Amino acid sequence: MSTLDKSDVEKIAFLARLGIDEQDIPEYAANLSNILDMVEQLNSVDTDNVKPMAHPLDGVQRLRPDEVTETNDRENLMAHAPETEAGLFLVPRVVE
Amino acid sequence: MHNKTIAELINGLDAGEFSSVELTQSYLDRISSLDQHLNSFITVTSEWALEQARQADSQRAAGQAGLLNGIPLAQKDIFCTKGIKTSCGSRMLDPFISPYNATVIEKFNASGAVMLGKTNMDEFAMGSSNETSWYGPVKNPWALEAVPGGSSGGSAAAVAARLTPAATGTDTGGSIRQPASFCGVTGLKPTYGRVSRYGMIAFASSLDQAGTITRTAEDAALLLKVMAGLDLRDSTSVDKEVPDYTESLNNELDGLKIGLPREYFSEGLDDAVAKVIEDAIKEYEKMGAVVSEISLPNSKLAVPTYYIIAPSECSSNLSRMDGVRFGHRCENPRDLNDLYIRSRGEGFGPEVKRRILVGTYALSEGFYDAYYVKAQKARRLISNDFNNAFENVDVIMGPAAPSAAFNIGELTDDPITMYLSDIYTIAVNLAGLPGMSIPAGFVNNRPVGLQLIGRHFDEAKLLNIAHKFQTVTDWHAQGPGQFV
Repeated sequence: MSTLDKSDVEKIAFLARLGIDEQDIPEYAANLSNILDMVEQLNSVDTDNVKPMAHPLDGVQRLRPDEVTETNDRENLMAHAPETEAGLFLVPRVVE
Repeated sequence: MHNKTIAELINGLDAGEFSSVELTQSYLDRISSLDQHLNSFITVTSEWALEQARQADSQRAAGQAGLLNGIPLAQKDIFCTKGIKTSCGSRMLDPFISPYNATVIEKFNASGAVMLGKTNMDEFAMGSSNETSWYGPVKNPWALEAVPGGSSGGSAAAVAARLTPAATGTDTGGSIRQPASFCGVTGLKPTYGRVSRYGMIAFASSLDQAGTITRTAEDAALLLKVMAGLDLRDSTSVDKEVPDYTESLNNELDGLKIGLPREYFSEGLDDAVAKVIEDAIKEYEKMGAVVSEISLPNSKLAVPTYYIIAPSECSSNLSRMDGVRFGHRCENPRDLNDLYIRSRGEGFGPEVKRRILVGTYALSEGFYDAYYVKAQKARRLISNDFNNAFENVDVIMGPAAPSAAFNIGELTDDPITMYLSDIYTIAVNLAGLPGMSIPAGFVNNRPVGLQLIGRHFDEAKLLNIAHKFQTVTDWHAQGPGQFV
């Protein structure tokens, strides 16, 4: 289940929107296959009746009243964006 | 001045022996002359530090000194600092000037502490050697050809070299304890939820926890008192009273029940490290502790479990780095996908990319149950092992890492061997427990740390156990020759 080839890595990289140099793909494929092989050890234990543990203290999500708590800080928060215009983030044209 | 602990510096400030401005300037001078050998800082905030020191001195003069008034500290570059570059060791965030402060930073500011700068780290805290930082590797002050450990390697190296009295760290799988072990300093990773994660750049949210790197357990107690506590801005922050950790430091250890997991003393552990740890345990026996062998039978599952859970959570957390709202953006994107793909491809280094890929794969359709859910189940087995052990013992002890510091470049070609350097620390994060590493000796002139693992929220007891060791040994007081 765990040997990944070039096309697997390309597919995963696209899912993650992650650019990878063509020449590095074989090394990533090998690294990932090794990591997945190591992870195979988990199949040596029976976990059929074990409840998955999502939080180390089995905590539950704390909720708060739905009230406005933060003031509008748009200018400050957008000051570090790569490209903005009129209070909006700029991206390449999406709709022709 | 630079060999004093924080407890001693507080006394010096109280007695008027020096001002915070003088103290701060002396550390800034050390950083400026010595850090060229180490690369432990990404940003030195000299002007801001001196401004904070002046404020601290006037507050003290007005009788309004907070707990850490005038004490210089270094912050790992994972904590957001308002108006100051917060890079997380990555090219992706090299242009990022945080618009707000992490809660930890706010708490230190309120206590009167002074920030000397931001310390180097593995990129997004993913690494065990500080070699994945975009700003270059950090050197170990004890042996400049060796790594300081990671990911909080800059913090550990800076504290060991006396470039700061203490520093913050974060620990997702050992990132405080392993570098503390490699650099011969005291590292504390508190219980999950003890310290707010707000403004601490997320790596794996169910594992991440902030803590301290200091020279002594007493200093760790002083810092934790300031850092800990409920924060409504972090939904996983725990509502539990913060004790005065300094009050119980000197409690007697007579009758303390220490458990030694046999799995932590088996295959893979360097013999000389094992000897250091055995000698340290003997010191505890002399103080009246009772030692017994215990078993954590699922220990072997910790590394594989971690390398599903941490990459899965990281692939999700790091999706916010998209080249649109902050951080690195590629030149002349053709379309939206090109913008995402190239900005992220250029902004992230190889280890971060590996983990994003593993996590994306593990969470992808058809594999989620086989990987992520399976790992969460194994996580419970690992956690149950600790619960069972703590029915019979008060504290678990063992090595913090299987060896002393390795050399720069020694493990970079082999990700899995690198991952195994966290073999004794990772399970503690999976179970959310507090852990420490304290200096316990040397192997070939490189430091070795003893790991202490406690029950949830038992930081006061761990600090007590660590402090007592430091009253009968002087490993923690030794410093690297060139820097003392």
